[in-house]
Amino acid sequence: MLVKKIIKMREMSDNQSGIIKKVSATGDMGRRIREMGLVPNTTIRIQGRAPLKDPVAIKIWDFSLTLRNNEANNILVEVEVPEK
Amino acid sequence: MKQKITIALSGNPNSGKTTAFNAITGARQHIANYPGVTVEKKFGRINHKGYEIEVVDLPGTYSLTAYSLEEIVARDFLVNERPDVVVDIVDASNLDRNLYLAVQFKELGIPLIIALNMVDVAESRGIKVNQETLSTLFDVPVVPTVARSEKGINELLDKVIEVALEGEEWQPEIISYGIDIDQSLHEIEEVIKKGIVYDEKYSPRWLALKYLEKDRQIIELIKGDPEIKKEIDRICKRTFKHIMDTLEEEPEGIIADHRYGYIAGITKKSVKRKIESRLNVSDKIDKVLTNRIIGPVIMMTVLYGIYEFTFRASKTPLGWFEVFFEWLKGMISLSIPEGNLHSLIVSGIIDGVGGVLSFVPLIMFMFFAIAILEDSGYMARVAYMLDRVLRWFGLHGNSVMALLISGGISGGCAVPGVMATRTLRDPKERIATLLVVPFMNCGAKLPVFAMLIGAFFTENMAGMMFVFTLLSWSFALFAAKILRSTVLRGPKTPFVMELPPYRAPTIKGLLIHTWERTWQYIKKAGTIILGISVILWAMMTFPGLSKEQAQIYEDHRTRLRESFLSLPEVKEFIKDKHGGLITLDELFTEYNTAFLNNDMESVKALAKSPFFPIVERILSKEAIERRSEEENSALLKAAAAYAGLRAKIANIEVNEQQASLKGSIAGRIGLGLEGISRTIGFDYRTNIALVGGFAAKEVVVSTLGTAYSLDKVGSEQSGSLSEKLRRDPDWNPLVAFTLVLFTMLYVPCFVTVISIKRESSWKWAGFSMIFNLIVAYLVSLMVYQIGSALGIGI
Repeated sequence: MLVKKIIKMREMSDNQSGIIKKVSATGDMGRRIREMGLVPNTTIRIQGRAPLKDPVAIKIWDFSLTLRNNEANNILVEVEVPEK
Repeated sequence: MKQKITIALSGNPNSGKTTAFNAITGARQHIANYPGVTVEKKFGRINHKGYEIEVVDLPGTYSLTAYSLEEIVARDFLVNERPDVVVDIVDASNLDRNLYLAVQFKELGIPLIIALNMVDVAESRGIKVNQETLSTLFDVPVVPTVARSEKGINELLDKVIEVALEGEEWQPEIISYGIDIDQSLHEIEEVIKKGIVYDEKYSPRWLALKYLEKDRQIIELIKGDPEIKKEIDRICKRTFKHIMDTLEEEPEGIIADHRYGYIAGITKKSVKRKIESRLNVSDKIDKVLTNRIIGPVIMMTVLYGIYEFTFRASKTPLGWFEVFFEWLKGMISLSIPEGNLHSLIVSGIIDGVGGVLSFVPLIMFMFFAIAILEDSGYMARVAYMLDRVLRWFGLHGNSVMALLISGGISGGCAVPGVMATRTLRDPKERIATLLVVPFMNCGAKLPVFAMLIGAFFTENMAGMMFVFTLLSWSFALFAAKILRSTVLRGPKTPFVMELPPYRAPTIKGLLIHTWERTWQYIKKAGTIILGISVILWAMMTFPGLSKEQAQIYEDHRTRLRESFLSLPEVKEFIKDKHGGLITLDELFTEYNTAFLNNDMESVKALAKSPFFPIVERILSKEAIERRSEEENSALLKAAAAYAGLRAKIANIEVNEQQASLKGSIAGRIGLGLEGISRTIGFDYRTNIALVGGFAAKEVVVSTLGTAYSLDKVGSEQSGSLSEKLRRDPDWNPLVAFTLVLFTMLYVPCFVTVISIKRESSWKWAGFSMIFNLIVAYLVSLMVYQIGSALGIGI
């Protein structure tokens, strides 16, 4: 059984998919995140992480984006995880 | 009927905008900077169906906020210049995000055409865009294009003419952002209409929207009317609180979400996708190239490869330049007599301009290599992989390219390095990078290091060079850290960046990129650099020796000549005293030149001269071997006396040059600074050399040579200078090591300074000179004083 759970984008594992539920960043960072298409109800998938595990690369719609972990902290994503 | 049409080309980075611009204008492009900023403005003029169309390439942006310099520039251009049409280049395979910018053009109200670009790529990925539906729903003309193969460009231009001829007024599109925000916008709009700040250029609704989005530029504008601002702020505060209470979001976020919602409504009906995202080619390449283990290895190989390519490929054309300038100097020496004019042309102008032009091949190949990295999409991956490391020093992943080119592996050049910082978007990161790249060990510093290593560190020469490379990296990175936490302090700018799909670069695009950047360098740098090299030449030449001083040297020479001519064995050969000696001197020079050039015709002709036997006994190998047979002959004695005379006169000339250098402005600066420079172990001679090094760092070696009375010290003859310094009591390994550090860190050569100015401003160019000098002095002071106190290397 899979259950829905909301976690930070930073906590997602490689290749995991999810739906953005909230972008809590404001100011320049918030503006930048949104103008790149990271807005609620968009599906994303973690593509991989840089050699030092930061930044993270994601797939959104049909293209790839990269953002730093501190930026990914501001994005809440709904993921499906197995029930414990 | 309107004959002249202006269009603005806009679009997201990586949407193929530049390719489209190249496809439309071809080679008829011009580059300037937007007034007051370093953002490039590219434009071109073409004729299409009898209309003159001016195409302005706006900087690539994702949005029209006042978030970055590029966005402000793009927006100001649209609002102030009012082009007839905006052509938005949109990546068909990535429609949702690309339309975010298009929506904002509609909000602004400017006549818009959408160029649906790369439809071929989209189709190959299973994405089919119905352009009629898109055009109807979005209420904008849509033209499908493939800019790479110039498909659809003519149709696009037809559409441009059609829309421009309609000449419609701007019609701001009203998009709903939800009841609460719509209500507030309406109220703010009414307030704005009352105020004096209401500018015809913007629609009141747009101003209201931007104010609610906290747009810096618009807030500044509204500030002009404090009454209005107060009233608007009241509305904004209320809206903010209400939205935060009900939706837990800022109005800004809600507005962005609604824009995307509006777009999603349109794309849902106009875009058909086959199967949901499977791995495309780009993703497969990324599996390897950005792999956590192999990725960095490949990246280092690629970066090193580019470095090797740039410097190897430019070697041959660099040689041509050298040969050409040597030839030019030769021509000038033949036609203009020795003296100030000759020296000005040869040492001032040709060496100066030649110095600038000799960078051209280097810059060309470097930009070519960078264009490949950028156009293929790999540059973004480099930034992705290195960001974590460089971020700690306040730099960006992309800074690595500039550092590497400037001499990250010994022997680069800071001039193309400074220019490579253009790939950085954030101004603070860019300036920090361009201020620290001069610390890297460029090719011109190497002769200085080699000479000093040859003098004092002969046991482990390669090891020393490696240590110097590591030191320069450490200084550059830590200097960046210091700058980013002091003068260039600021919040870390958002990194969020696109990893564009890999694409094969087009030859046309590469050539245009390379040429336009190279030409800019030649054009802009050439004029200032010519001026500065003349000034530097004058500093090393004037005021020169006083008449009396010059007379002393001249008298000395005359005495030597007189005593040579009065020797009995010489009298035998030279009857007509002074005229004869001049003929002998000329013969010696001509024979020597002809002999060195292997010009046997001239050698034969010269052999007919009555003085030939003397010259022959000094220069000809066979004649020297025959010497023993002629022992004590008058001829041999005369030849020996003549050789002695030449050596003595050469020695006097070197002394004269040395005295002249000491008396010059540069020399006086050197002497004046001795008080300070003694604290780091340098005497006035080293100071003069360092002043000369501002022209180009390798000049340090040749000027030290002059200051230490060596005739003509080139890098290949630096051995003798090493020898001289090793024996000089003022020198020891500690002084040499300090001089290496000082040369590594002090004021960049002036070509670099000019390039820094070109890429930023005089303020930063001046800052770089002072900052580097201070860093160099402090580091040298610490090393020299600690070394002296502990007795290391003395």
